[in-house]
Amino acid sequence: MPECPILNAAALQVSGLAKSYGDTPVLRDIDLAVAPGAVVALLGPSGCGKTTLLRLVAGFDRADSGSVTLGGRPVADGPAGGRGCWVPPFRRGIGYVPQDGVLFPHLDVAANVGFGLSPAGRRSGRVEAMLDLVGMAGFGRRMPHELSGGQQQRVSIARALAPSPAVVLLDEPFNALDAHLRRTLCAEVRAILKRGGAAALMVTHDRDEAFTVADEIAVMRAGRIVQRGTPADFYRAPVDLDTARLAGAAMLLDGTLTGASAETALGRLPVRNPHGVPDGPVALMLRPEQVVAAAPGAGLRVTVRHAAMLGPLTWLDLETEGGAVALQACWVAAAPPEAGSAVLIEVRGDAMVFPPE
Amino acid sequence: MAEAAFSLSALRRRGSSALARRGSSAAPSWLVLPLVAVALLAALPLAYVAWQAAAVGWAGSAALLFRPFTAALLASTLELAAAVTLGSVLVGTAAAWLVERSDLPGRSVWRVLVPLPLAMPALVSAFAWLSLTPRVEGMAGAVLVLVLAEYPLVYLPVAAALRGMDPALEDVARSVGHGPWRIFGRTVLPQLVPALSGGVLLVTLHMLVEFGPLALLRVETFTTAIYEAYELSYDGAAAAMLSAVLIALCLCVMAAELLLRGRRRFSRAASGAIAAHAPARLGHATLPAFAGLAALLGLALGLPVAMLAYWLLLARRAALPLDRILSAVGDSVQLAALGAVLTTAVGLSLVLAAFRRRGRMAVLAERLPFVVHALPGLVVALALVYFCLRVAPVLYQTTALLLVAYALLFLPLAQTALRPAVEQVPPAMEEVALALGRAPWRVLLTVTLPNILPGLSAATLLVFMQLMKELTATLVLAPTGVRTLAMELWAQSSQMKYGTAAPYAALLVLVSGAPAYWATVELQKRRGRR
Repeated sequence: MPECPILNAAALQVSGLAKSYGDTPVLRDIDLAVAPGAVVALLGPSGCGKTTLLRLVAGFDRADSGSVTLGGRPVADGPAGGRGCWVPPFRRGIGYVPQDGVLFPHLDVAANVGFGLSPAGRRSGRVEAMLDLVGMAGFGRRMPHELSGGQQQRVSIARALAPSPAVVLLDEPFNALDAHLRRTLCAEVRAILKRGGAAALMVTHDRDEAFTVADEIAVMRAGRIVQRGTPADFYRAPVDLDTARLAGAAMLLDGTLTGASAETALGRLPVRNPHGVPDGPVALMLRPEQVVAAAPGAGLRVTVRHAAMLGPLTWLDLETEGGAVALQACWVAAAPPEAGSAVLIEVRGDAMVFPPE
Repeated sequence: MAEAAFSLSALRRRGSSALARRGSSAAPSWLVLPLVAVALLAALPLAYVAWQAAAVGWAGSAALLFRPFTAALLASTLELAAAVTLGSVLVGTAAAWLVERSDLPGRSVWRVLVPLPLAMPALVSAFAWLSLTPRVEGMAGAVLVLVLAEYPLVYLPVAAALRGMDPALEDVARSVGHGPWRIFGRTVLPQLVPALSGGVLLVTLHMLVEFGPLALLRVETFTTAIYEAYELSYDGAAAAMLSAVLIALCLCVMAAELLLRGRRRFSRAASGAIAAHAPARLGHATLPAFAGLAALLGLALGLPVAMLAYWLLLARRAALPLDRILSAVGDSVQLAALGAVLTTAVGLSLVLAAFRRRGRMAVLAERLPFVVHALPGLVVALALVYFCLRVAPVLYQTTALLLVAYALLFLPLAQTALRPAVEQVPPAMEEVALALGRAPWRVLLTVTLPNILPGLSAATLLVFMQLMKELTATLVLAPTGVRTLAMELWAQSSQMKYGTAAPYAALLVLVSGAPAYWATVELQKRRGRR
């Protein structure tokens, strides 16, 4: 295999990547860039190809076409057997954190973390520094089976970061952990990655994980990246209704669009129309935080069907009179309305316009 | 013949997990080489038959094939296989029912004793019976001796199935007024079919390829006839044509096994906790049942052990040829050790290829053991001699050639023992090591091997024990001057020198039989727990 020339680019650059298993296309024409130090999440349902993409970047599998560039160095270009370059995974210098951590069970924690280091590197204090970074100082002599799931995952991240890779790949790293641990570890991992300074690409099917960990999210569906942006972009301006639902609780209304507003069961609402949907029947999307208590003497009368107290917030299931439209709202918990009672609401901000479903 | 007991049933478990694992670049690409080598070797017996047939031409082949002698061999081989299989099914099932389902006194002791004849190599028990009376020579005697050696292979799976059955089904049958015989016939027996058919195919296959005990007991089957034809004229076409029929028979059994495999998975009992069965009351039948089991063990185990003890005590007065015995032990250990290491190494590369690569290579690595398992050892040995003399005569009668035969014949056993160990190592573990900068061969040495070490040593030990008693391939391929324990036992008892044969027989039981028993019963237990 010819070695590839060095180019200047992002920490990770993927262009035109495609992969099929037999006749089934798994990835089609994927373009993706990760800036140095950035954390990008690949978010999508299982089977959308996100893990395949990660494996192609790592070099565990070969793409049918397209190229992968790591830190400006092309590592894969063109199909297997073609004339393009191909760098095997052990010469790519990436960090890899698989599902469940997968520590080497026959090595203690220190040897696990030092696995990717040279003998000199192992003695240089790097192992201890990495354990310190992930909050596992003093655990070096433990064996993997003596650690909890969260501790194992932390050691796995330390192991991946120890050789100072430019890019770390994380494959659903929190999958095996319970919900509570997930939440705390997500924030921690983001801090660790940021302190470590490596760019990271994380595969996940969990929106909250992606939102907590990533600077940028790439939403995948059926082998394609359908949207890229910050978590806020993704929540505020999803490209389609499926993505809107993936980004968080979404309420859908039918309406008729005329210019900058639309007529709906909730009255005339101002809209955002970034996709340029033409006037006429449309679908409109509202987020729960847009449904607020109306100023006294105004607003639309709705019935509270259910009220769930969630600590500082109350989650309300509402419906308009006659049950025409179901709404959700998230209010501060002070004096929450009771189920069956009526409240007055108004819509704050604008509704997002999509073509009718 | 314990080896195949678990190799077959474990081969059967394949397939369900095939989709779950992915191939990966963690597998060194040279894994393909042993795979191709094994595939070529496995094709040798067929090539040998084809070459020989071509050499004598169509008419000559047909004349050799379609003659009364072949028909007679076919009849006696099938008669032996059918009789031993039927006998093993009856004895094995009855013993399993008594031990697992009746109120027979001392069931926990019987549970240990009844499968114990596994520890007695058939060659040794054939020797023991012969040394007692020449009347066991011939078909009836052979059936008796072999049923006593083979019934544990039916007993073990059937006993496990009886243990695992849900008693609720039998309660239902009882509640609608079925009597005990009807319950057994309508409710229990259908659930036993998977276990029984596995045992049946295994015993049948053993009978098709069995050689040593049959030669001692003077029963003419395909194997003994092929050996005679080979001894008379080294690579005669006659031996090849008989081999063709034998290979066809074995492949039929293997095909039946493959056909049954799919259905069998459905019939596995639920894995949850199962209520204990209330033991059936034997009543007046207690004494006959007890006596029957005692007689069974007396014949299968007591008699051979007693005969061995008799001949050994007798021999103590004379001088034992210690040098000769020690040299046989040395030859056996050396061949078995080298063979075990080679077999395990080849087996490991095939298991890794099956687990870590994708596409045709993985499928080939997955299915090859089925084919290899059905190859008669004698035919493999003859094919190796035939091609060795034509391609590389310098290898003829070398240890290397014998080791190649060992590696091929015991590959299914090694693979069975290695597979669970390799399954424990997730591909992700090797991928992490790759990502951390280790080349594939270093990943194999520093990650994969350390994590499968227990399975690796168990597999090596298992193959070693089986090789210690291997006779057929060793007889044909052993270098001049090499005499293993099994060869000595065979040679001495063929000449009716029973006193001289006894020490070799006793050593064979000690070094190979007992551990084989332990390993089989352990594996059976482990599977039962799953």
